[in-house]
Amino acid sequence: MARLIRWESVLVLLLVVVAVVGSVRTGGTFLSGGNLFYLGLDIAEIALIALPLTLVVVSGEIDLSVASVLGLSSALVGTLWNAGWALELILPVAILAGAVCGAVNGLLVTRLGLPSLAVTIGTLALYRGLALVLLGDTAVADFPATFTQFGNTPIPGTQIPYPILLFAVLAIGFAVLLHYSSFGRSTFAIGANDEAARFSGIRVKRVKLVLFVLTGAVAAIAGIVYTLRFSSARADNGNGLELAVVAAVLLGGVSIFGGKGTLGGVIAGVLLLGGLRNLLILDDVSTEVLTVVTGALLLAGVLIPRLLGSRFTPAGRKT
Amino acid sequence: MNTRSAARRGAAVLGMALLLASCSGTTKDSADQGPAPAASGAANPAAPLKTGLKMTFLPKQVNNPYFTVVQQGGEKAAGELQAEFKATGPSDASASSQVTYINTAAQQRQDALIMAANDENAVAPALKTARQQGMKVVTLDSDVAADARDVFINQADSRDIAVKQVQLISEAVGGNGEIAILSATPNATNQNTWIEIMKQELAKPEYAGLKLVETAYGNDDDQTSFQKTQGLLQAHPQLKGIVSPTTVGLAAAGRYLSSSEYKGKVALTGLGTPNQLRAYVKDGTVGKFALWEPNKLGYLGVQAATALASGRITGAQGEKFSAGELGEYTIGAEGEVVLGPPTVFDAANIDRFDF
Repeated sequence: MARLIRWESVLVLLLVVVAVVGSVRTGGTFLSGGNLFYLGLDIAEIALIALPLTLVVVSGEIDLSVASVLGLSSALVGTLWNAGWALELILPVAILAGAVCGAVNGLLVTRLGLPSLAVTIGTLALYRGLALVLLGDTAVADFPATFTQFGNTPIPGTQIPYPILLFAVLAIGFAVLLHYSSFGRSTFAIGANDEAARFSGIRVKRVKLVLFVLTGAVAAIAGIVYTLRFSSARADNGNGLELAVVAAVLLGGVSIFGGKGTLGGVIAGVLLLGGLRNLLILDDVSTEVLTVVTGALLLAGVLIPRLLGSRFTPAGRKT
Repeated sequence: MNTRSAARRGAAVLGMALLLASCSGTTKDSADQGPAPAASGAANPAAPLKTGLKMTFLPKQVNNPYFTVVQQGGEKAAGELQAEFKATGPSDASASSQVTYINTAAQQRQDALIMAANDENAVAPALKTARQQGMKVVTLDSDVAADARDVFINQADSRDIAVKQVQLISEAVGGNGEIAILSATPNATNQNTWIEIMKQELAKPEYAGLKLVETAYGNDDDQTSFQKTQGLLQAHPQLKGIVSPTTVGLAAAGRYLSSSEYKGKVALTGLGTPNQLRAYVKDGTVGKFALWEPNKLGYLGVQAATALASGRITGAQGEKFSAGELGEYTIGAEGEVVLGPPTVFDAANIDRFDF
């Protein structure tokens, strides 16, 4: 545990460095309210999906279909809107559809015992395909301003985007679930050793299924946020976003082998990736360099905790 | 946590919500779209042109050869107008990836943004916000919703392009014989618009000698276009000419013809870039072909942005502005400016172009 706190401190330190360098390099623009507002919007979907995905990875599994669920949710919103449904009805249906997608992932993993990496690579294509069947290459854009404002404007009197408020609420919920509930302790136990967890009475399959369902539902919520933010429902929305989310989770110090990680670390990881990207674009760094820096940071994120781990873990606990 | 009871409670809440929502709600029919903001302020044609304007060029994606040429034209105009001009953008051409760059340009207090949009709607909210902060927005190549930009520079009028291609093929086959079209995909919007107008043109008396026998689709894939060319020639032994209104198709057809017995016997023309067609023009496979000049598109974009930022124009229909070496332009309906008729390339002038 001590090792993980250390990595989080490193992340927070890096965040401070980015903030200081950012405001010096851009003459204060980086930390201005307006820019932070856009930064918040920019990371909204990644931040939302990173929450449940953290729990999935802690449990020793992975879900690569999240961005496809986002796209399917967006396509569903557009299709139902075109069909004349009320948005108040469409939104819960889209979230429910996301939960069903998550349940399919979860059932394939838990009932058939298939590896989640393979299952969700399959459903990554499947769900994106369904989205394309629904909406093809057309876009639905005639949503009313009262709804699209949710994705575009700050909460009155502040510079906080509505999606970030939604994120904050969900973040508290997921933090309680992971770090302060027996469900969370079960999740860690399963990730550390699911065989041992099963023998100690934890309903391993049930927990994993719930985690996949939650991930699907939140990915669908992210799909709604995405749709309203760009006022555009498209089947290819969020294409490739899964890699950014997985990257943020790993940078946040969650072990890809399961059993270790904190939600705080992941939130710091999301902020660091988003902040760095924002700063580099604001500083007119070329897109090529941006890609190189992001890749290098991710490698460092996976490598450094591992190096720190072998140095700081007491000898007796080494494997 | 008891997952079963939680699930039951969740289902109950969801059911209630569905019930409530089905009673009344916001649907496509009830939604109000709101009035579109009109062009702001009055134009002053005599206003001095500002120098030192900060401009950002946002292509569909960076490292795209076509937009690199557009950018070069923009740089040239910026040099003449003493503007600061920089290019930035995403590495992928997805619908929403440009939004970050639009917001960044607004944060950097750029005077103008010149962009080719990946999606006409996804970038609109960000553009509207940026315009409210005083940034002028010029779109080129691919437009956005009309209320999200000040001016759209259209590379060429669809009619001009279609009419020019019919002229070129008629000329190439001597006004008589069977012709075929080699297009991109069956659902490519711009291609289909051109083909439709081409058919209308071919129905005119002066083209009575021309007979369009087939429209083939090469899917903008080199190999498919190559095979479709082969297929067209086998299916129609009397074929005198092929029109390909897409660079990939034109180059693939040129490659097939230049190495076949049909070289010099079957005429080929269409839309393509000089660099891809140079060899076929030099070896006699292609006589003339057409395209707009992307560098002029960028040049005109920066000229329009400067006129906007200086207050000479606001984007309203009928306003005129001077665009340096390209002469004077008039803004058309919905803020649209047409670059001009397509440029025709042949053996005599092709070496003057590099794109």
